[in-house]
Amino acid sequence: MYWICSKSMATQELQINESLAHLKTESESLKTKLEEERAKLHDVELHQVAEKVEGLGQFVMKTRRTLKGHGNKVLCMDWCKDKRRIVSSSQDGKVIVWDAFTTNKEHAVTMPCTWVMACAYAPSGCAVACGGLDNKCSVYPLSLDKNENLAAKKKSVAMHTNYLSACSFTNSDMQILTSSGDGTCALWDVESGQLLQSFHGHAADVLCLDLAPSETGNTFVSGGCDKKANVWDMRSGQCIQSFETHESDINSVRYYPSGDAFASGSDDATCRLYDLRADREVAIYSKESIIFGVSSVDFSLSGRLLFGGYNDYTINVWDVLKGTRVSILFGHENRVSTLRVSPDGTAFCTGSWDHTLRVSSSFSFSLFSVISLSPEVLLTHCVFFFFFFLQIWA
Amino acid sequence: MEKVIVAMQDPDMGMKMRNQRLLITVIPHAMTGHDIITWLIQKYCISEEEALHLGNLLVKYGYIYPLKEPRSLVLRRDESPYRFQTPYFWTSTQWPATELDYAIYLAKKNIRKQGELMEYEKERYSLLHKRINHTWDFVVMQAREQLRASKQRRKADRIVLECQEQAYWLINRPAIEACQRALGRNRVKSSNCLEGFLKHSEQYQNHDPIMQGCLPSNPWISDDAAHWTMNADVVPVPTRLRVERWSFSFMELLSDTMGRKEFMTYLEKEFSAENLCFWQACEEIRHGENSRISEKVNEIYKNFLAPGAARWVNIDSKTMYKTLEGIKRPHRFVMDDAQMHIYFLMKKDSYPRYLKSDLYKNMLAKAIVPQETKKSVFPFMRRQRHSSPSPAQLL
Repeated sequence: MYWICSKSMATQELQINESLAHLKTESESLKTKLEEERAKLHDVELHQVAEKVEGLGQFVMKTRRTLKGHGNKVLCMDWCKDKRRIVSSSQDGKVIVWDAFTTNKEHAVTMPCTWVMACAYAPSGCAVACGGLDNKCSVYPLSLDKNENLAAKKKSVAMHTNYLSACSFTNSDMQILTSSGDGTCALWDVESGQLLQSFHGHAADVLCLDLAPSETGNTFVSGGCDKKANVWDMRSGQCIQSFETHESDINSVRYYPSGDAFASGSDDATCRLYDLRADREVAIYSKESIIFGVSSVDFSLSGRLLFGGYNDYTINVWDVLKGTRVSILFGHENRVSTLRVSPDGTAFCTGSWDHTLRVSSSFSFSLFSVISLSPEVLLTHCVFFFFFFLQIWA
Repeated sequence: MEKVIVAMQDPDMGMKMRNQRLLITVIPHAMTGHDIITWLIQKYCISEEEALHLGNLLVKYGYIYPLKEPRSLVLRRDESPYRFQTPYFWTSTQWPATELDYAIYLAKKNIRKQGELMEYEKERYSLLHKRINHTWDFVVMQAREQLRASKQRRKADRIVLECQEQAYWLINRPAIEACQRALGRNRVKSSNCLEGFLKHSEQYQNHDPIMQGCLPSNPWISDDAAHWTMNADVVPVPTRLRVERWSFSFMELLSDTMGRKEFMTYLEKEFSAENLCFWQACEEIRHGENSRISEKVNEIYKNFLAPGAARWVNIDSKTMYKTLEGIKRPHRFVMDDAQMHIYFLMKKDSYPRYLKSDLYKNMLAKAIVPQETKKSVFPFMRRQRHSSPSPAQLL
């Protein structure tokens, strides 16, 4: 009887091993086949198609506002829909709401944890959400009461089993999408704190997410330490597309304004553009001289420019169509950790480990603006220079 | 999920694990399906149905694996034995199967039973040998060590280990399925997609303040917030650029408060305003609080879908039937099909006609083109930056 049993054990063992091996080979061969299929329809590169478009020339970017007030590294920021207010969070647990235009601080709250890695402004402008090492995402309604204690009205919404890396409100104040170091993303109902949908598929920490600006508004993209960028269906929780061409952690993902593509920034010092209809990477934005990782990316309003905040303290601006760099902005004294373009595209804000936030925009000396100087101004200047030269001559 | 598992394994309050029998072999630290369900019911005060559902999820996600019939990831209410998966194999601590692992596995198989490798395995084995030649010694050494260790393990342990690995790989099947789905997807040729980027950039170029500047001036540069005042949500006369943008896409029109209002006025003239009202009501369900879903669904049914409703919307019969069936158990996405139908109806029919209508053309003609702010005589003097009412005030 023992002999019979041992034989059935052996066959069982063999069966199991075979099926495991079979699964592994199937998985690998499918991946190769997928890459081949994707390559078949790739008949032209983006910069080739863009040859007929006029080049942009060099832009000069200038910092217009510097917001000082955080006591430690700024980790995240978000714009309010009113185009001038922002919320920012830092390593020391402070979350501050500013009117960036006047540089006034309007609200401040201290979180019970350090490293607040994610913050978001509610679409109505009446609340902010934030979280980090506490593994939670909390919503704070903003009140104008001078004696306000924001922390008292705090509402705990999301609960993960590891740190919160990013959060974003969906189209309303009622739902929040979060991503976490536990490898998952989740959609929550703010009022009840209920988990509406969870998204599994990343093999490591998820670091970033962005909601699609599409007509049907049902998808979002996430990027993680597994070098993958996944596109998810919010209704079913399924991963509908996946891209794995980066060589290191993906720190930031952002949709192209039309929603047909998204850009990603990674520790491998490149930004890449992925087209969702062609189902492949269509552009890489890199330079041999850039060796530090990208912490965050965002598009200008038209999608022609891609801004990247880098760990070498700079901001590089790329021509999305031609793949060339059109500007570089210095100013921060430590790595740039977060970057967002304002809702109406008039400026972009960057947060850095140097404790400050900077709002910057382009500074163009167009001929048109010189000609449009009023006659009085021109005359004043001419008179001034005339006397000036008179003095030198004399 | 992991909290539940940890609670289950608590030495005091957790599950009682015994030695379970699988055929002849006795497996230690196992429990029966029946025990799992009973424990869940007791601990969380839930019904049997819910406990079965929860238990099934735990098995499906790989935290508990069955010892009998390891391919079927289902929790059975009977005496079938189950065990806890080691945290190493938990879904949340996934390790990617590397080529090295696979090479070691194949080497093991080769050594254990010479000539037992199947054709495809032999191919891959030699391919891997070429690719990772530099670490081949390591591979062979690892394979030998693992084989030796496994021979020394008791039969019971071996079975357990195999079931563990089996369950792990069954969970990872979804990755293969995702790949298969991806293969079946319709892809668009690059040349067609990429033209889209050019068109979009060209269309929006004048609207991009960082690239082209904006009128009257960029507030961040001139310290004058006039640009924002002129483009506020509701203004008596909108700017020309703003009205132009409404013609770029239906989504642009709907996402602008003023644009949406204008479109509603137009639809009222055409006696099809109920379409937009219906769409808006559906949006409120999709993005609203969970607790108010049923209430809102009922409102929509009363106003738009019920026979003889005051603002009845024209949906095709198939979608109508599906929606009415779904309303019996209302959930967030129950109106999705109907909403899409109406959205595309408006997009293909009413929207193009609106753009050709007098209403739109007049709006475009009336729209203001702000004068560029004249530079001050003393360019070094800074304008005073005015604050604006905080949106929080509107609570």
